[in-house]
Amino acid sequence: MRRAGVVALNTFREAVRDRVLYNLVFFALLMIVSAIFVGEISIGVEEMVIKSLGLSAISVIGLLIAVFIGVGLVSKEMDKRTLYALLAKPVRRWEFLLGKFGGLVLTLAVNTLAMAVGLFAALWYVKQHLESFDAVLLVAIYFILLKLMLVVALALLFSCYSTPLLAILYTTAFYVAGLFVEDMRTFHSATTGEGASALPRILSYLLPNFENFDVMAAAAHGRAIPAALILQNTAYAAVYCAIVLLIAVAVFSKRNLK
Amino acid sequence: MPGAAIEIENLTKDYPYGFLHLKKRRSLEGLTMQVEDGEVFGFLGPNGAGKSTTIKLLVGLIFPEAGTARILGKPISDIEMHRSIGYLPEQPYFYDYLTAAEVLDYFARFHDLSAADRRERVAKMLKKVGLETAGKIQLRKYSKGMLQRVGLAQAILHDPQVVILDEPMSGLDPIGRREVRDIILELKREGRTILFSTHILSDAEMLCDRVGVIVSGKLRGVGAPEEIVGVAAQGMEILFELPKTAANTAAIIAKATKTGDRYRWKVAEGELYAALEELRSSGAKVLSVAQVKPSLEEYFMHLIEAGRAQAAAVEVSGK
Amino acid sequence: MNATRPLNVALLILLPLGFAGAWRLQQGIDGQRAAMHQERDDVVLRSGKLVKVLSLEYAPLLADVYWTRVVQYYGGKHARQDGDLELLWPLLDVTTTLDPDLLVAYRFGSTFLSEPPPRGAGHPELGIRLLERGIRANPNYWRFYEDLGFIYYFDMKDYAKASAAFEEGSKNPDAQIWMKVMAAKIATEGESLTTSIFLWNDVYQTTKDPQVKENALLHLHLLKAEQDCQQIDALSAEYEKRTGRKAARVSELVQAGILRRVPVDPAGYPYVIGPDGKAALNLNSPLLEQQLLQQNTK
Repeated sequence: MRRAGVVALNTFREAVRDRVLYNLVFFALLMIVSAIFVGEISIGVEEMVIKSLGLSAISVIGLLIAVFIGVGLVSKEMDKRTLYALLAKPVRRWEFLLGKFGGLVLTLAVNTLAMAVGLFAALWYVKQHLESFDAVLLVAIYFILLKLMLVVALALLFSCYSTPLLAILYTTAFYVAGLFVEDMRTFHSATTGEGASALPRILSYLLPNFENFDVMAAAAHGRAIPAALILQNTAYAAVYCAIVLLIAVAVFSKRNLK
Repeated sequence: MPGAAIEIENLTKDYPYGFLHLKKRRSLEGLTMQVEDGEVFGFLGPNGAGKSTTIKLLVGLIFPEAGTARILGKPISDIEMHRSIGYLPEQPYFYDYLTAAEVLDYFARFHDLSAADRRERVAKMLKKVGLETAGKIQLRKYSKGMLQRVGLAQAILHDPQVVILDEPMSGLDPIGRREVRDIILELKREGRTILFSTHILSDAEMLCDRVGVIVSGKLRGVGAPEEIVGVAAQGMEILFELPKTAANTAAIIAKATKTGDRYRWKVAEGELYAALEELRSSGAKVLSVAQVKPSLEEYFMHLIEAGRAQAAAVEVSGK
Repeated sequence: MNATRPLNVALLILLPLGFAGAWRLQQGIDGQRAAMHQERDDVVLRSGKLVKVLSLEYAPLLADVYWTRVVQYYGGKHARQDGDLELLWPLLDVTTTLDPDLLVAYRFGSTFLSEPPPRGAGHPELGIRLLERGIRANPNYWRFYEDLGFIYYFDMKDYAKASAAFEEGSKNPDAQIWMKVMAAKIATEGESLTTSIFLWNDVYQTTKDPQVKENALLHLHLLKAEQDCQQIDALSAEYEKRTGRKAARVSELVQAGILRRVPVDPAGYPYVIGPDGKAALNLNSPLLEQQLLQQNTK
C-alpha cells in the first residue's frame, strides 16, 4: 500500500509540472470572474448566475482534466516504456494502478479546492458577505469531486487496454450515457405508452448514474441538501469506483506489455 | 560447484497477431538453460530471435504460455524476487519531467530503504555512472547515452544480486560502450550475476564467461565463446608495413592483402617464424602478430543459414 | 500466472455484489432526489436558443429528451396532485426550439398550458403563443388551427377569434369538413353544448397521448353530465306540467313513467335533484369535484 502511495505522489508531481493544468485552472477562474459581469446584467439573479456558472466551470474543467490526463495514466507509461523499469521493482501491478488513481484524484481535489476558493471570492466580491446557505455550494462542489473520481476510474480502466484516443471516446460515451440514465428509464414508457421494457431499465441501473451528483438547482437557490443524500452519493461513488478499479486491476494484471 | 542464479525450464511464449489476434506466432519455444552464480552470461541472436522476450518473461512484463523459471530460487511470479534483481530495459525512457536524481529517488522508494540510505545511494550511483553534474537537469534534456546511464543506475541502485540488461550497448557511441563494458566488469568483480542480451558479437566475446545463442525462438548453443565456436585457432596473421627501403618485396606482397599502407599475411602456426624471418630480411616493419580464430560471427552466420533445421540445443561442456 | 486464479474468483464474487450494492444505493438516491423536487431548472439553460446552439446537430435528439421530461414533469405533478406547473412553459419552450417539428409537443402543450389549474398551468395565452410558433414552423398542419380555435373557444371564450381559427384551418385541403361547419356554428351560436362535446370528442378520438386522452374523457363526462342534467330538467318541467308540483327526487319521475329508470352519470352515480329543483350530480360522484373546480375558474 505504501508503494501505491509512492506512485500516487509521483503522479501528482507529474500533473503539477504539466503546464496544461495551470492553463485549465486559469481558464476556470476566468469563467468565474466573467460570471460576475454576466450576473450584473440580470438584476436579482446575480448571485444565482455566479453560483450556476461557477459550479459549471468547476465541473467542466474538472472533467477535462479527469478525462485527458486520466486516459494517459497507464497508456502513456506503456507507450513511453517508463513502466518497464518500474514493474521490475518489487511493486505489484494493482499497487501501481491504485497509485495512479490516487494521484490524479489528489490532483483534482487540489484543483477543485483552488477553483472553489475562486468561486467564494467572486461571491464575496458581489455580496460583500456570505450567508449560511452558501455552504450548500460546498456540498455541490463535493459532489462534483465524487463525480470526477468516478470519471477518473473509468478513464483509468480504458487507459489499460486502449489507445488514448479510443479511451477518450469510451470515457466520454459513458459519461454522456450516465447523464441520461434516468431518461432511459422513462423514455420508453413516454413514447410507447406501455411500461418500460426490462433491458433499458436494467441497463439504467448498471450504468454509472452521473445525474446523482447534480445538485445545481439546489445550490443555486441555496436550498439545503439532506445529509442522507450526501452519505448515499458518497457510498455510491465509492462502490462504483471499486467496481471499475477491480475490473481495471483484473485487465491490467494479465496484460502482456509489448 | 556454484549454484544457478537463474534457472529456466521449458519457457514458451506465443504472440498473437493478425485480424482479431487470432493467429499466433511462437516467439520462444521450450527454452531451457541456466545462468550460474557470479558469471556474465550473454544472450546472442539476431533481431526478433527471442532474447528480449526471454528477458521480459524473467522480469514479469509478459507471461509465458508454458514453462517456469526461477531466479535465486524464487519463481518469477513471486514479486519479492524483484528485490534481488536489477533490470535495464531496451532503449530506456524515463519520466522526462523529472531530473536524474528524482528518477533514481523515485525508483529507490520501492525498495525498503531509509531516507538517508536512499539519498546516499542515489548520490553514489550518479557518481558511478558519471552523471554527478547532470543530476539536477530534467531528463528531457538528456542524450541517449545519458539516459542509458540513468537506466544502469536505477538497475543497480538497490544492490541486486542479479543484474539483467536488455541490449545495454545499443545506440551508444564507442565511448559510451566502453563505459558500459567497464561497469559490467566492475559488477562482475563485485560478485554479481549478469545476464545481458546483445547482437554485438565482439562485446560478447570480450565480456562473457558463457553465451547462449538464440535463433528463431530456439536455443541453438550454450557455452564459453571459444568453445562454442568449437574449432581451434586457424593460424596466425601478421600485420606489417613496407618502408621504401624494403627489398625483395614482390613475393611477400603476393602472399598478403593490402589495406591502405598496411599488409596482412595469414600463415599457418608452424610457418610463423619462417615468415617473420622473411619479413625481417626484406626490411619490412612488423606491426603485430595475432591468432586467427573463427569468430563468433562466422559461427553465427553458419547457424542462421542452417536456421530452419530442427537442431536441438547443444550444451557444450561447461567451463 | 499464479495471480489470476484468486483474482478471477474475486471478480466473480465481488462484481455482482458491487453492482447489487450500486443498485440499492441508486434507489435510495432516487428517493432522496424526488423528495428534493429536483426539477432541473438550470437558470442558464432556460434559454431555448442557448440549448439549441449547444446541442449542435443533436438538437432533435435532445428535443426528444426534453419532451420526455415534459411528460414526466406533468405526469409527476399530476400524480402528486400538485398544481404548480411553473416549469411547463420553459420546458415546452426549449423542446419546440430544439425541434420545431415535434408536433406532439405543441398539441400537448396547448392543452395543458391553457387548462385551468389543477389540470393545467392556466395560461391560455402561452398556449396560443406555442401554437402560433407551431403554425409558423408547420403551416400545413391544420390541426394546430383546431387547437387554436379550441383555446379561444374554451379558455378565452373569444368566439370571434375561435371561429376565425377554425375558418383558417378549414382552408387546408387536408382539413376535415367539420372545421368549416364549426367555424360557422361558433360564429352564430357562440358556446353550445353540442359544439363542446363535438370538439372534445374529436380530441379524444384522434389523440395518441394518454394524458391528453384522459383529459378529454373527463371533459366529455362533465359535458355529458351537463347534457343529462338539462334533459332531466326538461323532463322535470314536463312532470310539473302534468302533476302541478315540482319533482323532489328523480325517482318520482320514474314512478310517473316519464323516465324508465334513474339515469346515472358517466361515473356510474345516479343523478339527484338539488335543493334548487334542478338536476345535479350525486354528492358521491367523483365528477362533482371536477365540476366544482371548473365552475370556480369560470
